[in-house]
Amino acid sequence: MKKYLVLEDGHVFVGESFGSHKDVYAEIVFNTGMTGYQETITDNSYKGQIVTFTYPIIGNYGINLEDSESDKPAAEAIIVHELARRIGNKRADMTLQEYADENNLPGISGIDTRELTEIIRNKGSMKAAILSEFDWKKVNSLFNKELDNTYVCNNNHGKSMDENKGKTVAVINFGIKDSIIAALQKRNIHVVLFPYEASYEEITSIKPSGILLSNGPGNPENYAVAIPTIQRLEAKYPLMGICLGHQLFALANGAKTYKMKYGHRGFNHAVNDFETNKSNFTSQNHGYAVDAISVTQTNLQITQKEINDGTVEGLKLINRPAFSVQYHPDACPGPHDAEYMFDRFINMMIRNERSLQNA
Amino acid sequence: MPKRNDLNKILVIGSGPIIIGQAAEFDYSGSQACLSLKEEGYEVVLINSNPATIMTDDEIADEVYIEPITLEFVTKVIEKERPDAILPTLGGQTGLNMAKQLSDNGVLKKYNLELLGTNLNTIEEAEDRDKFKQLMNRLNEPVPESDIANNLNDAKRIAKEIGYPLVIRPAYTLGGTGGGFVYNDHQLEEIVTNGLDLSPVNQVLVEKSIAGYKEIEFEVMRDHYDNALIVASMENVDPVGVHTGDSIVTAPVQTLSDREYQMMRDSALKIIRALKIEGGCNVQMALDPASLQYYIIEVNPRVSRSSALASKATGYPIAKMAAKIAVGLSLSEIKNPITQTTFANFEPTMDYVVTKIPRWPFDKFPTADNTLGTQMKATGEVMAIGRNFEESIQKAMRSLEIGINGIEDIDYRDYQDQQLIDMLTPATDERMFIIFELIRRGHSIDELADKTKINVFFLDKFLHIFEISQQLSANPLNLDLLTTAKKNGFTDQSVAYYWEMNTSDIRKLRIENGITPVYKMVDTAAAEFESKTPYYYSTYEHKNESKVSDNKSVLVIGSGPIRIGQGVEFDYATVHSVQAIQKMGYESIIVNSNPETVSTDFSISDKLYFEPLNLEDILNIIDLEKPVGVVVQFGGQTSINLAKKLADYGIKILGTDVNDINRSEDRDLFNQVIKKLELAQPLGSTATNTPDALKIANRIKYPVLIRPSYVLGGRGMEIVRSDNELKEYMDKAVEVSNDHPVLIDSYLEGSEAEVDVVSDGETVIIPGILEHVERAGVHSGDSMAIYPPQMMSENVKKQIVSSSIKLSKELKVIGLMNIQFVIKDDTAYVIEVNPRASRTVPFMSKVTKTPLAQLATRVMLGHKLSDLGYQDGVLPTDKMIHVKAPVFSFNKIHNMNTLLGPEMKSTGEVMGTGHNLKQALYKAFAASGLKVIQHGNVILSIDENDKNETLALANKLNDCGFNIIADDNNYELLSSKCISSTLINKSELLNDPLEYLRAEQIDLVIDTCNNLDLDAKENKMIREAAVEDNINMFTSLDTINAYLSVIDEHDNLDVEKV
Repeated sequence: MKKYLVLEDGHVFVGESFGSHKDVYAEIVFNTGMTGYQETITDNSYKGQIVTFTYPIIGNYGINLEDSESDKPAAEAIIVHELARRIGNKRADMTLQEYADENNLPGISGIDTRELTEIIRNKGSMKAAILSEFDWKKVNSLFNKELDNTYVCNNNHGKSMDENKGKTVAVINFGIKDSIIAALQKRNIHVVLFPYEASYEEITSIKPSGILLSNGPGNPENYAVAIPTIQRLEAKYPLMGICLGHQLFALANGAKTYKMKYGHRGFNHAVNDFETNKSNFTSQNHGYAVDAISVTQTNLQITQKEINDGTVEGLKLINRPAFSVQYHPDACPGPHDAEYMFDRFINMMIRNERSLQNA
Repeated sequence: MPKRNDLNKILVIGSGPIIIGQAAEFDYSGSQACLSLKEEGYEVVLINSNPATIMTDDEIADEVYIEPITLEFVTKVIEKERPDAILPTLGGQTGLNMAKQLSDNGVLKKYNLELLGTNLNTIEEAEDRDKFKQLMNRLNEPVPESDIANNLNDAKRIAKEIGYPLVIRPAYTLGGTGGGFVYNDHQLEEIVTNGLDLSPVNQVLVEKSIAGYKEIEFEVMRDHYDNALIVASMENVDPVGVHTGDSIVTAPVQTLSDREYQMMRDSALKIIRALKIEGGCNVQMALDPASLQYYIIEVNPRVSRSSALASKATGYPIAKMAAKIAVGLSLSEIKNPITQTTFANFEPTMDYVVTKIPRWPFDKFPTADNTLGTQMKATGEVMAIGRNFEESIQKAMRSLEIGINGIEDIDYRDYQDQQLIDMLTPATDERMFIIFELIRRGHSIDELADKTKINVFFLDKFLHIFEISQQLSANPLNLDLLTTAKKNGFTDQSVAYYWEMNTSDIRKLRIENGITPVYKMVDTAAAEFESKTPYYYSTYEHKNESKVSDNKSVLVIGSGPIRIGQGVEFDYATVHSVQAIQKMGYESIIVNSNPETVSTDFSISDKLYFEPLNLEDILNIIDLEKPVGVVVQFGGQTSINLAKKLADYGIKILGTDVNDINRSEDRDLFNQVIKKLELAQPLGSTATNTPDALKIANRIKYPVLIRPSYVLGGRGMEIVRSDNELKEYMDKAVEVSNDHPVLIDSYLEGSEAEVDVVSDGETVIIPGILEHVERAGVHSGDSMAIYPPQMMSENVKKQIVSSSIKLSKELKVIGLMNIQFVIKDDTAYVIEVNPRASRTVPFMSKVTKTPLAQLATRVMLGHKLSDLGYQDGVLPTDKMIHVKAPVFSFNKIHNMNTLLGPEMKSTGEVMGTGHNLKQALYKAFAASGLKVIQHGNVILSIDENDKNETLALANKLNDCGFNIIADDNNYELLSSKCISSTLINKSELLNDPLEYLRAEQIDLVIDTCNNLDLDAKENKMIREAAVEDNINMFTSLDTINAYLSVIDEHDNLDVEKV
């Protein structure tokens, strides 16, 4: 079945539909990872986005039940050049096609994804629609509608994720990826989830050793409700922010964020960590970033930067044990180079507790 | 983190002659590295014995030494140049081994030389099996478990510990004979017993078998500051069991999930960090297809064939970066030369599929063992880029230039299904084609996967290609299907086959309907960043990225994969042609399919199209670029064969006219030229059937030289001495038809010479005459050759010059032509001309200091030789003597006839330069890997036809102090003349030739007996054993005589810079 991909700037692509045949209206972005489509599709940060994969054959190793980042697709739709029909991996439980069918995920194949990527690179991430029937009038009225992909809270207040006996971390959920929880659990952390609307009292009632602000989709400014809570939490608890959590940490301390032209989505970008003088390849998925100049007016310090465009990739408070990273140290998909950020967080909690005991 | 300023002068060691396993990739990496160091302001001294390389051009390094890469000569270069450091990691295994030797012999210490890139400890840890295993254990990285067994009980115990399947490897047997896979106790008992028996030290290695695992490679870079990254990942289509150099390889990995990929990436980075490599490194791994268990197979602590492939596959120039890292720069401060906006500390991401297919020499060595295993056998490789696997592999398949344009050309009609299934294992060069045939016959890909362990993901792509071919057959003129076929790599020629139409009509139909390729850029970044690389591949998609400039352009066709007869020499000429085109103000465009070469470095030309050298693919580029002309003279037979076809499409061929090219290649037309010019030529004629051939042979009298027309490297050429041999040749050796006649010439047993001429149609210059050491009958590519001539009479020189000028003028040569002569009785007979650059162009360019390919390109574009100060005739000769010697790769391939003859067998060449002939010969022998010894034991087995020469040689050997061990015939002959020798012990020899050579401490083998003789079996065994044990072997009397003349020469040899 033919489907049209219509971009806000007027470009129209025609491809073959797979998975759900429903129409889609969302922001279009591209991801440059050569592996990891499964993790990407299920990453909640891609909520409200149509994901274009730049690697031209997608689905080569199918979908397995272990590697998902949430229990259902988060991306609104996926665009591929070619969908593999046979799987080359014995860990797979189904093909990507079957997964898309079962989970109602719309997809288009047969697109010149390189051309599409160039358009997004040159003009920036933009609105796009996937339609079965193409009519400019309808499309134009559609494009007048504003998009909002802010994460909707679920009601898992204080949901305990495991029986771990280590330190307790309250994770504020803006659309969390399972790999962040797994990275903490691997370190024997007891993870307790809170929706981002949860109150300071509610969160602190579990007596956490530290706070983690999760990743999530959309514009950080749309999460204003969480800012005062973050300000109170960071004043008392060790805190780590990841991705959207990093941006909210910046906003909470008076820095500013901005929308990037087409964001960073992939995992071949090197980030310099000024605290270790090493560079790491990091898993990235963000369309907003922290404004470096705005940081100078705050108590924040830039600790990491992307080596090419200088994007702020890491921040810390100069007077408190709190830091954040723009990328995903939990990887999945992507390199494990920066996994030590979680150890840094845990050490921070240990030192903090020691100093409290000594005080 | 600036570059080091405590270093001034750096010595770079090249890789020497091209051999199997070490080919043009090191010319690419070596020249890149030298230029990269020069760019940083260092003084670069280079030693490399291979004259056929860009690397040994004088602009590549500050001082270039074309000298043997032996301890003796490298030490002399060091003594003379006093460098501060050595960079040994860019000259392949040769470079690393030399570094180790220099260290072991105290040279590094004596001259206070630092090793850059990789230290000795690292080299040892990576290369020594035991130390490597220890390191992996320390790092907690798995290697296949193994242990040594000295008896069956040991083996049984080890088997119990490790578990089946196992592989048994007997120690020190010929080509690993007697080993094999075992799956149970019964097989273990059988193979181990046999293996222990065969092993001279009664020892076998019992190792966990990982055959059938996915074979994954990572190309890794690391700098002094411990930044490390993956440049490329690659997945072998052929699973573990076939050497990666003999495997079909894709990049990036195709069938690993991110979890598996990252797990192995972590491991690769951990290893390069532990080895503290500063530069590039290759890590080979195996992954159990059914679990997350992986093993480390091997680590190469240097740039390699795979790193050249990874560089071309991603655009990321590994060798160039490695050189900069070696002098202290960090990845975070080196700019990515592709994007020019981002830094080198970046993991390239691809948005296309790359396929590499090896090019094997079995078309030239029909008797050779073509099974693929742990010993690499390919001489070269092709790479192709597509937006899906089907497109990529079909482009690669036709890039091989083996007559398979599409799967319709695969022909196994004489084979039963079961035969074909049996031929799948062990793998051979034919496996991919057999798979296609079995798919065509309805065998399921699951059955084939089970048999070959090739991943169904890949087999499904093969199946898809077949399905499209069937749809094409069923739906003529269906344009949607034509589009699908093009997107999946089918050629117009294939579509024409299925639609029973002409190729040109398909092309027309396609163009009329707008089904034309676009060209996408290779940019390291999957379009995330804007890039400036002029590096493109074709695909059938929507947006074209190759912008045609306003400048006039010239297209140069490269020479494709390295094969015997068409080696790196042609890439040298291609690169030089491009340099001349640029100097003349044109835009230069290269099209080539070989990832190993300098010409496919995107920084060489103004535009690089990585495409098959196939008529359609080239026409498509021309459609877009509209160059002022196409250069076909430098890509060997590949490009010259395209000349007429391109001209038929109205394309301007630069240089010698297509009709004149034809006059020089078509035997009858060429005979008319010779007659008209009244030049001497051996008697001969052409035949299209056996009776005619017999008639001709009897008229011109045996022996005759017989060969098919239009071939390269003397393929199918033989000396035939009787009617019976001739009949046999006509029956078996070649397919003869009216279109493909055979040439039959009187075989003149004289000496040989050749010249390369450059002509602009008015002036003809002959840079020099190259005199061959071996008599006629040995292919010119396998002959030693001397410049300037040392034995030739002035009269013959004059004849050669005058014939060359006449021929060039008559054939209206514009550009280069090569002419071969046989000299007998003071007459120079013309035997062949090649209307193109020959393999001797780089050598002659270097020894005459005249850039022949550049000069040829200039005249093709309209410059006049007279304006450049040249006149008809030979250029003045150099005061130095230069010798070119061939290098063979016999020890890589079993069961091949190692006797030299009219069919070319060498894979590479070296050059020796001296103040006199002996010095030059000595260096040439030393550089080609022969041990120059003064005395020892020699086996003599000379053809009965050469009695007089046998006696003379035997006397000389005895005089030199060699002990002769003669075969029956030779012994009888020598005894009759009272020349002392020992009779060979036939029974011991036949029992175990290797053991026999070792027991008798044989140093030299002289064997000229043709395999057709009755005693061939013994001779074959001796030669194979000699090859295996790396014993000096001579199969031509002229070569051994030259050798004996220089064995006392090694004192007072100086090294000379070019």
